[in-house]
Amino acid sequence: MLTYILKRIAIAIPTLLVLIVVSYVLMYMAPGGPFTSERELPPQVLANLNAKYGLDQPLWRQIATYVWNIVTDFDFGPSFVYKDRSVNEIIAQGFPITLTYGVLSFLLAVIVGVSLGVAAAVRHNSALDYAAVGVSIGAQVLPNFVMAPILVLVFTLWLGWLPGGGWQGPEYWILPVIALSTSFMASIARITRSSMLEVLTQNHIRTARAKGLPERRIILRHALKPAMLPVISYLGPAFVGMITGSVVVDIYFSTGGIGKAFVDSALNRDYAVMMGVTILMGTLTILFNLIVDILYGWIDPKIRF
Amino acid sequence: MKFSKFLASTALVAGLTLQAHAADVPDDVTLADDQTFTFWLLDAIKSMDPQINTDVEGSDVLRNLFEGLYNEDSDGQLVPGVALDHIVSDDGLTYTFNLRDDARWSNGEPVTANDFVYSWRRLADPATASEYAWYMELMQVENASAVIAGDMAPDELGVRAVDDHTFEVTISTPLPYFPQMLVHASTFPVLESVVAEHGDDWTDAGTLVGNGAYTLTQHTLGERVVMEKNDTYWDSDNTVMTELVALTINDVNQGLTRYLAGELDRVDVPAGQYPRLKAEYPAQASSTPYNCSYIYMLNVGEKGPEALKDARVRQALAYGIDRDIIVERILQGGQRPSYNWTHWAIAGFERPQLEWANMTQPERMERAHELLDEAGYGPDNPLELTLQYNTSEDHKKIAIAVSQMLKPLGVNLTLDNYEWKVHTDRMQSQDFDMARYAWCGDYNEASTYLDLFTSYSGHNSGEFYNVEYDRVMGESKTAENPLPLYQEAEEILGEEMPIIPIYHYANVDMVRDDIRGLPQNNVNQTWYGKDLYRVAD
Repeated sequence: MLTYILKRIAIAIPTLLVLIVVSYVLMYMAPGGPFTSERELPPQVLANLNAKYGLDQPLWRQIATYVWNIVTDFDFGPSFVYKDRSVNEIIAQGFPITLTYGVLSFLLAVIVGVSLGVAAAVRHNSALDYAAVGVSIGAQVLPNFVMAPILVLVFTLWLGWLPGGGWQGPEYWILPVIALSTSFMASIARITRSSMLEVLTQNHIRTARAKGLPERRIILRHALKPAMLPVISYLGPAFVGMITGSVVVDIYFSTGGIGKAFVDSALNRDYAVMMGVTILMGTLTILFNLIVDILYGWIDPKIRF
Repeated sequence: MKFSKFLASTALVAGLTLQAHAADVPDDVTLADDQTFTFWLLDAIKSMDPQINTDVEGSDVLRNLFEGLYNEDSDGQLVPGVALDHIVSDDGLTYTFNLRDDARWSNGEPVTANDFVYSWRRLADPATASEYAWYMELMQVENASAVIAGDMAPDELGVRAVDDHTFEVTISTPLPYFPQMLVHASTFPVLESVVAEHGDDWTDAGTLVGNGAYTLTQHTLGERVVMEKNDTYWDSDNTVMTELVALTINDVNQGLTRYLAGELDRVDVPAGQYPRLKAEYPAQASSTPYNCSYIYMLNVGEKGPEALKDARVRQALAYGIDRDIIVERILQGGQRPSYNWTHWAIAGFERPQLEWANMTQPERMERAHELLDEAGYGPDNPLELTLQYNTSEDHKKIAIAVSQMLKPLGVNLTLDNYEWKVHTDRMQSQDFDMARYAWCGDYNEASTYLDLFTSYSGHNSGEFYNVEYDRVMGESKTAENPLPLYQEAEEILGEEMPIIPIYHYANVDMVRDDIRGLPQNNVNQTWYGKDLYRVAD
């Protein structure tokens, strides 16, 4: 097991390097630069800016310097657009916000989604099942960019219960969490339901029933664990997706999270912020894929590393 | 040196003698208990450093944290800021500003002429790498170009502290509107000791030291900016609003919803919604002229299409567009159709009587047919052009409307949508036929528009080079009354038509009806938190 983890970490390093180089080159090739603006800059001013941010260097050297600063000082450089701030500062401000609503959304999605899925499977073809399927399909076809304005309209404008945006305390968390979690919740419910239905027809469940075990115990003890396998493979990437931010949530709820910063960095050609967030997302993706694989082994002893 | 001409213009004298400052609360008004003003920002503030900032929204915040030599009043006239007044030398090249002695930084230190010297040098200094360094060149400050290019040391810039309260600027050509340019945020002073001590972090909340009516207490990037009244400000006794809050809301419709839910005191109105809001909230919705013009720039340069090198074709394209439909059916926010370049509400500017502006649309259409026919185009030999615009629902709607309007003339427009950076990059490398463009004036004077199409402007992406135009604009710099020259320049643009004017902007917003002190008649929409107050119901 330990060797497996070490091996995976060893593979992660070149993966990240490839990610850095490819992203950097793609970004470099995109037309326009961080200092392209409506008023074309005098050549000397542009030259001063490029010199200040090291953009006058050849591409290979820019990448090498960039990687070197990360490895030696964990320094992702200054933002080219938010000039008072470094990339580290931008991520340090935005990531905790994103992490908060991401983790809460994840927990909500998993708890409600799995419960709904299990309930629907157990009461297969009942009113509860149809209701659960109906709700989850509804939640899935309502993308969060539709969901978010509707939530603000209802809970902020009409009812006046909750603030429509900002990030000042727990009451500001509720709407973003609902907006972000619903579609994930729906997917989890559907995956859980179909996986559970399949498991419930298997021999070991029939055996358990034949033994006269209480239904509750059969579901929680014998059926749920194997039924979770496809759910878990979905949860790994979903979790990374949620904690690295949703641009929609950031735009509609003005959270100040990292998702908006990432999209802005691409549009602004803010190379440094874009690279910083890409590396953050890349690292988290690699990490959570590893965790998912380890969880797999724990749930299904047939899987060996 | 002999100083005889006191002050640059009569308007300035009037403005300065009025001594209008801070909130002008009439005696019979009862103020509300809560004096907080919450306003809307579309995007995160990129920098709180006056010499680094490039955005209009950033300037709205900076004007409250810092104060330059002059401010603007509700009508856009200059009123004293740190400078009480100034004198101009006979040759119009030396400005000597008399600074008030009660101006203080928020850490209690006095604001001196040296602070301005430091900040202006800092703007031009290549080490600062300011994107607005060219503003020093635009102001014609002596040696600005050489300093920016690194050929001269920053201390050779034409600025000098005669004593603690006398700041002297030498410019290289007379500029009648020089004082108006001093309202710009990039000319605001910063405190050298704070910048030196904290480096790029000096603008953090709690660290930032300004000389404005407010201090920065919170700045969460992309979420909010909070500013509180600064007790060391020279006019803090007359400042009523105690707190300013700026909320970043990236979606304009969402901003409106949150305004309607009571979270904001001021917000922009999305295109097309003004008539409805005006009917529903007559006391809150308003539309006032705003210092920007919307045009289609034509590529008349070497890399441009052959057809656009013919002025008749360019005129036909301009004539074929029905601007009334664009402003009345698409924008619906009190914008005005434009037949010239300079915004109609610019101070001291009057539009020349252009023939095509006074025609009816059917007459223009008929003329367009004739012109295209003369140039050899028409339904039988259609003219194929691309029209590119940057991503925005409004630009798209206008582009679609324009392509439909030009179709009957035998002009087939291919619409190309690009994200902002690509759009700008293509324009600046002359890789376009027709491109959507807008310009917002840096100051309230016609040259901020007209200078753009001189051959040496650097912003003239369509490469319209016209000797006569250059001559007229050159002469306007020293003219006693530049208006006839500005009108001549507009006439040249109307004749040569290197750009197709579409409309002049309006600022369409919703403001709570208990807020007072926002500019009523200022085309720059320059506002100061210190002028605002909230009345009790």
